[in-house]
Amino acid sequence: MADLLTFTPNGIYCEAGDFYIDPWRPVARALITHGHADHARPDMGAYMATTSAAPVMRHRLGDIRLDTVNYGDVTSINGVNVSYHPAGHVPGSAQIRVEHKGQVWVASGDYKTVDDGLSEPFEPVPCHAFITESTFGLPVFNWTPQDVLADQINAWWAENAANGVYSLLSCYALGKAQRLLRAVNPDIGTILTHGAIEATNQIMRGQGIALPDTTLVTPELDLKAHKGALVLATPSALNSTWARRFKPASSAFASGWMALRGVRRRRAADRGFIMSDHADWNGLNNAIKQTGAERIFVTHGYTSVFSRWLSEQGYDAQIVQTEFDGEADEDGQ
Amino acid sequence: MKDFAALFTALDQTTKTSFKVAAMASYFRTASDQDKLWCIALFSGRRPRRVIMTTLLREWAAERAGLPLWLFEECYPIVGDLAETINLFLPPSTGDEERPLTYWINELKRLSSLDDDGRKTGILNAWKILPQTQRFLFIKLLTGGFRIGVSQKLMTRALAKATKQDEAVLTHKLMGNWTPETTTWADLIEADDPTADLSRPYPFYLAYGVEDVNQLGPTTDWFIDRKWDGIRGQLILRGGEHHLWSRGEDLITDRFPELAQLRDYLPDGTVIDGEILAFQDEKPLSFNTLQKRIGRKTVPKKLLTQAPVILMAYDLLELDGKDIRDQTLEIRRNLLEKLLKSAPTSAPIRLSSEVTGSSWDDFARERAKSRDLNAEGLMLKRRDSRYLSGRKKGDWWKWKIDPLTVDAVMIYAQAGSGRRANLFTDFTFAVKNGNDLVPFTKAYSGLTDDEFRQITTWVKRNTLQRFGPVRSVPAEHVFEIAFEGIQASPRHKSGIALRFPRMLRWRHDKPADEINTLDDLKDMLRTYG
Repeated sequence: MADLLTFTPNGIYCEAGDFYIDPWRPVARALITHGHADHARPDMGAYMATTSAAPVMRHRLGDIRLDTVNYGDVTSINGVNVSYHPAGHVPGSAQIRVEHKGQVWVASGDYKTVDDGLSEPFEPVPCHAFITESTFGLPVFNWTPQDVLADQINAWWAENAANGVYSLLSCYALGKAQRLLRAVNPDIGTILTHGAIEATNQIMRGQGIALPDTTLVTPELDLKAHKGALVLATPSALNSTWARRFKPASSAFASGWMALRGVRRRRAADRGFIMSDHADWNGLNNAIKQTGAERIFVTHGYTSVFSRWLSEQGYDAQIVQTEFDGEADEDGQ
Repeated sequence: MKDFAALFTALDQTTKTSFKVAAMASYFRTASDQDKLWCIALFSGRRPRRVIMTTLLREWAAERAGLPLWLFEECYPIVGDLAETINLFLPPSTGDEERPLTYWINELKRLSSLDDDGRKTGILNAWKILPQTQRFLFIKLLTGGFRIGVSQKLMTRALAKATKQDEAVLTHKLMGNWTPETTTWADLIEADDPTADLSRPYPFYLAYGVEDVNQLGPTTDWFIDRKWDGIRGQLILRGGEHHLWSRGEDLITDRFPELAQLRDYLPDGTVIDGEILAFQDEKPLSFNTLQKRIGRKTVPKKLLTQAPVILMAYDLLELDGKDIRDQTLEIRRNLLEKLLKSAPTSAPIRLSSEVTGSSWDDFARERAKSRDLNAEGLMLKRRDSRYLSGRKKGDWWKWKIDPLTVDAVMIYAQAGSGRRANLFTDFTFAVKNGNDLVPFTKAYSGLTDDEFRQITTWVKRNTLQRFGPVRSVPAEHVFEIAFEGIQASPRHKSGIALRFPRMLRWRHDKPADEINTLDDLKDMLRTYG
């Protein structure tokens, strides 16, 4: 029997249903796992995503033709049953389950298995074939528990605040920033935000996600009144003139790559908080095990190492070249 | 080791030197004398001897983690540090052990006396009971190399703060080949007499490269001599013995046995700063000749005649047992000259003679002769300068000749380690030979962080083949490779080896088929080899 999903130059394709999942070239019908730029690209004829992913996608992609579905709802596309299931990556992110003639495939996009206190928590979806990322598919990646992370970040901010020092924290605008907002203790002080982050905050507040109060940094803002504030910035803003107005400051990155001292030191930040929206080594292995799948397709990340490991564990694992980026360790997204 | 781990964490969590100094000073005020001494030793490169082969450590780590060894080997180049890889590869620690730093260093010594089984039991136990950060530091001690982003200079500054002593005095006290096993905190740090150890050298004064000599004022302010192309060395004659130190604070006395006869010609209580050169017929031989002597702990007779060495003396730091570094260079040079007059020409020492001229143009012409004289350029020293310690701007400058260069194409890339882990920074370059490309050198410095990031992205997208951590890439990117010297090398496919190769710039303007050829390199070998 032919494979239900195939890997084409345009992206992951379902021939039976004539649709693509997270395609990287323009196609007629695109099913989107989540709103990050390497998964939700412009110029598709029609889009389909979860209801909670829709506002960010509209914000980022403009006036698009977008059908929305709720988690768990089954839609038939040309006789192929399609449903979206929480991936735990960012709010609205989904694994896409595709079923046809008794075959079940799951394209998981980006995912993490721990509850981040923001995104709909990951749900394992039983399937025959599972498409997994491998951004952190090495055993040296073991994430710090969310509550310990929150304590670390709050302690850093509180100490800086007590000394009148800004806490300059770099994170992705979509997902990581809001996860941080929900993890920090807003009683410590003011939270200032970069424009790209504040735009996403507003969208999420608009869809009913509770976030602490934040203040957008504008040229008019009286910075002196906010000494000791927590400043959320995108990775690119942290190294720009934008960040230089905050003096004195302690700088930090929140990323899975901060697990490696070398990367942390290269970023020349004071602190690195090991916080990722991708699964760590145990997360990936558990997620795969829970699907019960025999065939595993390994995409973006440490593909060759991780697929060899899976093969040795008895899976039928293979590497698939995609144009997804995972968690970029240098330039953000 | 809890307080030492806390110190490490504090140092690791800031990029600001003032915080680092404060954290270390606080440690030096509170830790036990023995721990402090070890801390100083580790931060000044005096690590305990490596007792266990790293291949065994890797195997034990994989075994303990219940994961295959190949997976460990895949992780290592990505993490970029062996100790860190082991620590992250092991299951997260739940230990709460609190014994001091010195205990763990002694434990290492104890383990070294056991057989492999005993060592393994000891190591696995330590991995189990040490908390995460302490475990990392313990593994660091095991694997050697204790570079954690703190220079000896910064450490000395903190020590000065904590002990209320002068930084230069402390720098001097910390020189030499002491270890925490041969001295005590009281003897090394608190005792007043820095010459208690007769072999102890003075900290070397190092010069920066000069950018524009015309900014230096009148040439008459400057004493100028050749920048000799050998090894910087400090000769110490005290108590009837002689000691030779390299700039890297290695005691290299035994490597240059011919210098022993200087004891007969120079008075006791003399310390000379100079350059060790291979030297024959009153001329320096090339660095390539000297290189045969470097790294050899014992010297066969034949080599002594093939590559005889002298000390090219350029400064006098101690005379009649008195530290004269506070005198001006002019005075020190006069004393040096007088001192050397008493030595016969058969003695393996020469005075580095002054290069004269009346304008910077004159000196530029002198500098241009450097390569023919086997020199690297000129040294410019202010006549009224004191002998300072470490690299300082202002009074001493080196005015080096331009390096040799070739244009070459990159054919392999490898990720760096430490701060450069996960970034492709180590490249292999090739020149043309007919229609073939011949690899001839590796280089890993000279580009900006931005350029390394650009090339990393490109390498990831254009990998042709992987050989472990090395990736072959299309021969597209041309770099100008600079180097200080060239020599024949039968071990290399190209037949040549370069000295200090580095990337001078990325030649975006140059297509790969216009790079230099192997014949060009062979021409250079004939001229400069």
